[in-house]
Amino acid sequence: MPTHDYVPHAPGYVDNDGPKIVTSRFVHEDSHTLERYEATNGYDGLRRALDRTPADVHEEVRDAVVLGRGGAGFPAGVKWGFMPPGKFPYYLVVNGDESEPGTYKDRLLMERDPHQLIEGCLITCYALGLSQCFLYVRGEMPAAQENLAQALNEAYAKGYVGKNIMGTEFSVDITLTWGAGAYIVGEETALIESLEGNRGMPRLKPPFFPAAIGLYGQPTIVNNVETLSNLPWLLVNGSEQYKAFGSEASPGSRMVAVSGHVNRPGVYEIEQGVTTFRDLFYGDNFCRGIRNDNELKMFVPGGGSAPWFFPEQLDLPLEGRTVGAEGSMLGSGAIMVMDETTDAVKAALRLVRFYARESCGKCTPCREGTTWEERILQRILDGEGRPSDIDKLLDIADNISPGPYPVAADPSQGLDAVPFPPKQTTICPLGPSSVAPITSTIRRFRHEYEAKITKRDSIPVMAAPMSSDPVEVG
Amino acid sequence: MSYFTADNLETAHEIISRYPRKKSALIPLLHLAQEQEGWVTDDAMRQIAELTDTTPAEVKGTGSFYEMFKFHPVGTYMINVCTNLACQLLGGEELLAHAEEALGIKAGGTTADGMFTIEDVECIAACTEAPCLQVNYRYKLRLTTDDLDQLIDDIRNGRATDIPEHGTLGLVRQHIPAGAGAGIVAPEQATERPVWLARNDTADEGGEA
Repeated sequence: MPTHDYVPHAPGYVDNDGPKIVTSRFVHEDSHTLERYEATNGYDGLRRALDRTPADVHEEVRDAVVLGRGGAGFPAGVKWGFMPPGKFPYYLVVNGDESEPGTYKDRLLMERDPHQLIEGCLITCYALGLSQCFLYVRGEMPAAQENLAQALNEAYAKGYVGKNIMGTEFSVDITLTWGAGAYIVGEETALIESLEGNRGMPRLKPPFFPAAIGLYGQPTIVNNVETLSNLPWLLVNGSEQYKAFGSEASPGSRMVAVSGHVNRPGVYEIEQGVTTFRDLFYGDNFCRGIRNDNELKMFVPGGGSAPWFFPEQLDLPLEGRTVGAEGSMLGSGAIMVMDETTDAVKAALRLVRFYARESCGKCTPCREGTTWEERILQRILDGEGRPSDIDKLLDIADNISPGPYPVAADPSQGLDAVPFPPKQTTICPLGPSSVAPITSTIRRFRHEYEAKITKRDSIPVMAAPMSSDPVEVG
Repeated sequence: MSYFTADNLETAHEIISRYPRKKSALIPLLHLAQEQEGWVTDDAMRQIAELTDTTPAEVKGTGSFYEMFKFHPVGTYMINVCTNLACQLLGGEELLAHAEEALGIKAGGTTADGMFTIEDVECIAACTEAPCLQVNYRYKLRLTTDDLDQLIDDIRNGRATDIPEHGTLGLVRQHIPAGAGAGIVAPEQATERPVWLARNDTADEGGEA
């Protein structure tokens, strides 16, 4: 095992010399306490926000172009503007149901710096006039739940949350709530259903997004943990300083988790739109190369739902728009690296199986399609595959996600990229996500599939010849 | 007869008070029931229905959607081995196979003494620390098969004191002190414009709300 300069109390986080907008306190063992938080600019962002008008704070966030870090990458300041005026109460729901394969940054932010998230929530509630905030934490993360509960209790005791915050007329309650194991609840409308005490099945949208009709039918802002964790720093330092990091379209930093076959897997805070995948995988400041000096075969650039990339895409910067045009997405910042020893079919099956298990069952193309995909991939892997199986997989995929599916360019075959996002016949993107590993691997490694296929197609059953004799009835 | 103990009943009422509508407390109350007995019993669901003004069918309808709720007894220690892609690449499946062999049960099964249940789970958000697993949702990272043997041995001999029995999630609960809250009410009772938004009016005519 290689040597790691990890931080022992935040397993996985690598402390390097990159930007520190959201991870600045991770080096401290007591980063989750109010004492440490107050000693390191804690609640200064809120203090500054309260000195300005709510509309002014909203403007600051809009100016900074704080992109959503949960997956879709939509600017938070713009999303905030979608609420219909005057339809009170408004709610804030914090999406801490992080379960995308390969992703973990929200868990670290909740465990290691809960006050930063709470402060981000308060700034949002102040700017938009929200009546209550719900912090929805994934069920399987008791440590995050504990640290957030502790932080909320401390914050209530000190008057940072609750009635007349910091002696002003601003009052808001934050309710800590938690899930119970369902990936789909990470989708914002499913999360709202779950918070209302229902099965976590997504609602149909458009026309009504949660900002118009959300929790209890009221306008609701759903933001990701990392998105909100950016706000305290932003309010202290201003949007100009925020935009000094990153590229014009994607300012600031973002957290990425690089896992799989690299020498130093870890969670890194990187500059958006500047760092390339090559820097990340091979840089001394980051993952330090592929294990055993093996060749890179492929990688998932943005969580299990993202179409896969190959060595040709290594020099792309981690920038939402660029990656989207090249046929994938940055999603939740989860990067899984696979070296030459990886079986492409087996890897694809594992992700497809995930979607088959986690499909909520509401839309038929996804409920049935993901299960069929899983079974066919399994039989190919078991040596029971038939030659028509490859086209069958693509046909099922087309049923869930019609038309050309987003995919990276493949210069060796002279194939261009198909830009993100895919079309879908389902309410939410879970179904289309199951297609990503299939189309990515079949286009690139069709020979690996073919090599595993050993059976013949069954002979079609012939229809019985029509008889000219009259049929006796009775 | 109350299913919940007196302490838990008090906690249940406190949880309910933090939501504008009672039904929103359904999932946290199911967790509370599971914490009390290790799994969710019919009696528990009946009482949750009473507490939240729903029916037992609604409670089970919601609860059965979520993987963490168990409607039958499970082992005191749930060993959840991640086999999703990041862990698979670094030996998650081998780790699961080893756990199955060491305990003599298949994933989904419980040992005869009721001590262990093994589950083959999806991504548990510790991907750079693969292969990993959770015991009653407490992380064990970068595990070798030897580490796993040691872990099982520790649990069997009462040395794994950092792991509570199945059902217990966070050991710290949220508690809003009396008088400190802004006041949580049903949406119908909160239709007034929040007072601090008046700051927008004085600063700039025609603010957004």
